[in-house]
Amino acid sequence: MAEKERVTLVIFSGELDKALAAFNIAIGAASMGMEVSMFFTFWGLNVIKRNEGSIKSKGIMRKMLNRMNRGGAKRLPLSKFQMLGLGKWMIGRLMRDIKSPPLEELIAMAKGMGVKFTACTTSMGMMGIGKEAFIPEVDSFAGVATYLAEAKGGKVNLFI
Amino acid sequence: MKADATLDCIGLYCPMPIAQTANKLKELEIGQVLEILADDEGIKEDMPAWCSTTGNELLGIDEEAGQYKVYVKKSK
Repeated sequence: MAEKERVTLVIFSGELDKALAAFNIAIGAASMGMEVSMFFTFWGLNVIKRNEGSIKSKGIMRKMLNRMNRGGAKRLPLSKFQMLGLGKWMIGRLMRDIKSPPLEELIAMAKGMGVKFTACTTSMGMMGIGKEAFIPEVDSFAGVATYLAEAKGGKVNLFI
Repeated sequence: MKADATLDCIGLYCPMPIAQTANKLKELEIGQVLEILADDEGIKEDMPAWCSTTGNELLGIDEEAGQYKVYVKKSK
């Protein structure tokens, strides 16, 4: 059998709406029998942070950053019309209305379909966060060479 | 059209109908037909695209009053 077609997604943004779009594409691609890798970098790391507990880091600037930039699938703001949480609440209601699963469920579903999650170690180093900050679904911690090696053979490569 | 199994995707939007189709088809044998019920119009374009990518055969789409019956034959 021919090698599977590959899809790579770079998740740079830490916003709920963009993450939803990314996971829809990932789940769609996995449903079509494609091999999917998602690379989470910079603000995108927020998508795969644990929802529970605090994020530990060292130094005043990193501590401040991680307090203001806590992340976690349940905490992501919208890129537009956040309105101090009112917009996000409304989008949540509308999504339930069309039986669209919340982001946490999409993450679990993607994982169940074999989608691979990689966290960018450079962003982790800059932000001062360790592996324990992330959900257990994350498969690997790596850098741009890993991404490019996969993207080189990818039929669809997106930056979100 | 006669089907070996039915999948109810009424009320579901992309990508759930194709994700569930992919999942359900695993339970069928090659040559068997799956009937998918859906009401998101996107299915009219998405299911042919899903079938041509995955190598399964789209036997037809019946549309009636905003609901779609899609027939997919498991081919591999």
